[in-house]
Amino acid sequence: MSATPGRIAFATVVAFLGIAPFLPMAGMKQYMLHVVIQIFIWTFIGQAWSLMGRFGLVSLGHGAFLGIGAYATTLLWNFYGLTPWIGSLVAVALAVVMAFLVAYPCSRFGIIGHYFALTTLAVGEVVRLLIIAERDWTGGSLGVTLKAAGDASFIALQYADKQVWYYVGLVLWLAGLWVWARLDRSMARAAMEAIGEDETAAASVGIRVTRFKLWLTVLSAALTALGGVAYAQYITYVNPETLSGIGVSLRIVFAVVLGGMYSLLGPTVGTALTIALSEWLRIVFGVKFIGMAETIYGLLLVIFIIFLPAGIYGSLADLVRRRRRPAAAPATA
Amino acid sequence: MLELRNVTAGYGAFTALWDVTLAVERGEAVAVVGPNGAGKTTLLRVISGVIAPRGGDFVFEDAPLGGRPAHEIVAHGIAHVPEGRRLFPALTVTENLKMGAFLRSARKDFRDSLERVYALFPVLAERHRQRAGSLSGGEQQMLAVGRALMSRPRLILFDEPSMGLAPVMVLRLFDLIRRVREEGYTILIVEQNVRQVLKLVDRAYLLEVGRVKMHGRAAELSEQDFVRKAYVGL
Ligand SMILES: Nc1ncnc2c1ncn2[C@@H]1O[C@H](COP(=O)(O)OP(=O)(O)OP(=O)(O)O)[C@@H](O)[C@H]1O
Ligand SMILES: [Mg+2]
Repeated sequence: MSATPGRIAFATVVAFLGIAPFLPMAGMKQYMLHVVIQIFIWTFIGQAWSLMGRFGLVSLGHGAFLGIGAYATTLLWNFYGLTPWIGSLVAVALAVVMAFLVAYPCSRFGIIGHYFALTTLAVGEVVRLLIIAERDWTGGSLGVTLKAAGDASFIALQYADKQVWYYVGLVLWLAGLWVWARLDRSMARAAMEAIGEDETAAASVGIRVTRFKLWLTVLSAALTALGGVAYAQYITYVNPETLSGIGVSLRIVFAVVLGGMYSLLGPTVGTALTIALSEWLRIVFGVKFIGMAETIYGLLLVIFIIFLPAGIYGSLADLVRRRRRPAAAPATA
Repeated sequence: MLELRNVTAGYGAFTALWDVTLAVERGEAVAVVGPNGAGKTTLLRVISGVIAPRGGDFVFEDAPLGGRPAHEIVAHGIAHVPEGRRLFPALTVTENLKMGAFLRSARKDFRDSLERVYALFPVLAERHRQRAGSLSGGEQQMLAVGRALMSRPRLILFDEPSMGLAPVMVLRLFDLIRRVREEGYTILIVEQNVRQVLKLVDRAYLLEVGRVKMHGRAAELSEQDFVRKAYVGL
């Protein structure tokens, strides 16, 4: 058995799983635990995004699905006392409807590439503006705090204990890896790659272009909404800036592009790095340079798209692959 | 085998095909020629299900297929080699061929189809790991034809296969299509290269501004007259 990047990634995950359950018990500091939980949840969201992104369906509006997820469960709980266990189903359903409303016309009228990206960007902004406008429910730009549950922790899905969230995050992260790997080995991947290359050609060999794109968009939106639910339940506070709109949408994209969207661990590596970066900036500069992280992200994003389109992790994996196969025919692209 | 009766089609408010009636018998090779913008590509798009006809009948081997989506039409045994080849440039030769056998019905015969395509075009076998985008124009055209064969069709639609090829390559391409024909496939081909294509086919249709202006046996059609008409457009 040779050490292909895929096997290395798989072995890394398995090795990590061996120690992961015990990490919080080893007296991990609350702060570290908080950072790791964030990494888990945002990686899950990044994985959801990359399901589309890697096939050329670049969405700059995933904040919309995130916001729908976070706000739907929060408001349903605050106003109707509906448990997030059911609220999250409503949230996912809403995100699916929304994804369908965006993806179907885009696919039918051939809105692809940059135009698709711009359309989703607008959708993300519309959702953010709606949240701000509906201030009576949503608290407008001030956001809204999840009503405390008292001792009904399980029903309210509220846990003060960070260890619980650590395990929730771990499960989400693994679920994200699983979906990613499943898709990677499916026929849908081949179909989506063909569609990403040339839709007309894909249709001419009998691939149902609209159907595949819809299916993928809906799946990605549903998982993103779920990520939004998890994040809102963990932080117990939602606001339009952190959970919808351009800022967060770009942050998701950036983390994935940084790590690499074509490899299993790409979103994980990218998310870990961006979260580490923003925590570091916060500690070093405090609140003096609010928006500093966004500026750095923006710059790095441009640099990466130009020089390392496969991302940090993806490029390393490529390097390993090339070392392993020095005798292979040179790529003649 | 294939029969179109009074087919009308277009884009939005624009009508590109008017009352087109056309038939292809099993084992035949039939050409559609005509000036630019005559509606030749539109005609093939209707047959392959990329666009839906607005009116008329379209029957293939007794199955009414008018307005059926592309994937059903491929499954019924019609393959389309689209205008401009339309390969997947970043995928390898083998991967492109694999995509040709995407439909479930074709997937189970993948190995067998692959061997047949490689036997027909040995150069593709030699370059099976090369990216499609890095092949020469002639090789790309072979790959486009090979990919169409992978779906196990009985009728193959060619849309201007000679486009963008050097004159020497054009001659080889027609040889290649002749070989495909000898394998027993039925062929409907759109070409600007009228003189060449008339040597290849049994019958031909002349399309002008969306209407069939003339049709008949390739040999019988007064070649000069026909060629002139097709090129000059009147
Ligand atoms: N997607 C489209 N939308 C609108 N009009 C179109 C579209 N495609 C083609 N047309 C129009 O339909 C008419 C027929 O086009 P078509 O491509 O079928 O011609 P053609 O005979 O294949 O021409 P060529 O020899 O240049 O390939 C033209 O007037 C063209 O402008
Ligand atoms: Mg044409």
